Amino acid sequence: MKTSVFLGSVRLKNPVLAASGTFGYAEEFKDLVKLDALGAILTKTITLKPCKGNPPPRIVETPSGMLNSIGLENDGVKNFIAEKLPYLKKLKTQTIVSIAGDSTEDYAELAKRLNDAGVSALELNLSCPNIKVLKSQSIKESKLISQNAKATYEVVKAVRKSTKVAIIAKLTPNVTDISLIAQAAEDAGADSVSLVNTFLAMSIDVNTRRPRLGNITGGLSGPAIKPIALRMVWETAKAVKIPVIGIGGIMAADDALEFIIAGATAVEVGTANFINPRAGIEIIDGIKDYMRKNKIKDIKELVGSLKTWQN
Amino acid sequence: MLCVKVKIISNKKISQKYFKIGLEAPAIAKEALPGQFIMARLNNGYEPLLRRPFSIHRVKGQGLRVKGEIEILYEVVGEGTEILSQKKYGEYLDIIGPLGKGFDYPLPLTPYPLLVAGGMGVAPLVFLAEEIKKCQSVKVSKCQTLVLIGARTENQILCEKEFKNLGYNVKIATDDGSHGFKGRVTELLEKHLRSTKHEARSTIYACGPKPMLKEVAKISFEHKIPAQISLEEYMACGIGACLGCAVETKSGYQRVCREGPVFDTKELLL
Repeated sequence: MKTSVFLGSVRLKNPVLAASGTFGYAEEFKDLVKLDALGAILTKTITLKPCKGNPPPRIVETPSGMLNSIGLENDGVKNFIAEKLPYLKKLKTQTIVSIAGDSTEDYAELAKRLNDAGVSALELNLSCPNIKVLKSQSIKESKLISQNAKATYEVVKAVRKSTKVAIIAKLTPNVTDISLIAQAAEDAGADSVSLVNTFLAMSIDVNTRRPRLGNITGGLSGPAIKPIALRMVWETAKAVKIPVIGIGGIMAADDALEFIIAGATAVEVGTANFINPRAGIEIIDGIKDYMRKNKIKDIKELVGSLKTWQN
Repeated sequence: MLCVKVKIISNKKISQKYFKIGLEAPAIAKEALPGQFIMARLNNGYEPLLRRPFSIHRVKGQGLRVKGEIEILYEVVGEGTEILSQKKYGEYLDIIGPLGKGFDYPLPLTPYPLLVAGGMGVAPLVFLAEEIKKCQSVKVSKCQTLVLIGARTENQILCEKEFKNLGYNVKIATDDGSHGFKGRVTELLEKHLRSTKHEARSTIYACGPKPMLKEVAKISFEHKIPAQISLEEYMACGIGACLGCAVETKSGYQRVCREGPVFDTKELLL
């Protein structure tokens, strides 16, 4: 039974990845999870300079979901390479570093430095809803990069030029047509696209009439967003040739299988890690069980195998 | 730190909305320190979705008839704790723990611990009181522990007996004056510090609602005595990964679940 998949030049032993921002730098989970069994681990997003993050409260639970407004808190790339990367390199699974910048140049610089530090794949976070600043030739107003096809193209292209490592472009669902943004990333040389990041959302305490998040708005994740994310992955998989990584409320093997059948080559497990640290491992086991039961020899047979009402 | 399904060995209402649940968790009981907490998954479905943090209230080590237990004191305040209150003997609870950094004790130079609890804040302080007792009998024989408990009204005072059973002096403050001092527990603290001879050799250990802890911090600065306070913040993972439970300190944001929940008041920007 074959479960390995390729994202550009990077081979993953199975298609289940721990999503950025939900798995720290992996070491936090080492007592609870067999890290080496995961297909890959995505680090928390790294920025060029240390980033303080947003004021608390940063987390609030909503029906079948949660809002977060962490704001990319991290100690910067220099500290990451010195303090976090050595541990990740020792693992027998792929590490994919998530990066974000305030400008196209930031992304290119981060990519170069991580390339030189021996990282084999990068996920470009073009979609964190909790940071406002963005400077690019194509966007003058305050927007997310992946809310604009031109800006997405520009950033991916700049990173492509500065590194040979596999590039994943992580996209926001807060757009009219996500497949157009995915195509722009593909045209610029991305090896794959991952979607979706969180939905911009909010929650209010009616007693105090204050927002429940310090940042007022935040990103919605968890089972609540799964059906929308699934639809977006299905639409995007039809529109691009590069692998699509499905993300959004995946809690169990069946959720992951839905995304794979819809066209995802791999999936990222996010919010589920908080509730069940072993979620990723259980999902891998569940996918293998499903393959055994349905006599599927290679996971590739499943990717995009959705049957329409006509066939 | 472990993620385990542990057997519920008791789950009793102690008064009004307050419950105490006993869990057979030898490995966690062995490791746990006062001030640490667990994250419990209260439902297998998605409502509530996230685990909930609970202070470790008491620990019973492994003995002849006891396998190693931990106790959690909780108040039914929402959907999650409502589900918890309905769990029965013999059922299992999925928990991660022990988590976080607990209280720093005993402090040989300040052998007069002042335990200050507001409402549910007694939860981690009972465990601390029991451990201080163990240290006292061995090391710091002269030390005296004073416990101050605050609540809105008489029937919301928790654990008075537990502290008294340890031989500690316990003083009560209620907002409505139905028991003990009429007023805030922090006023009682202030009053005590003004009258005691041992001010300079005291350490405050406090847990309770945020406004109370802010007041405790203020008092600790005014009287120039160390204070350790246990904070509560919304958290998703409890193990330091999500950065959801950030609290502002002099050295930037720190995680309540990892650098805390117990912080020295000198470190915090409250």
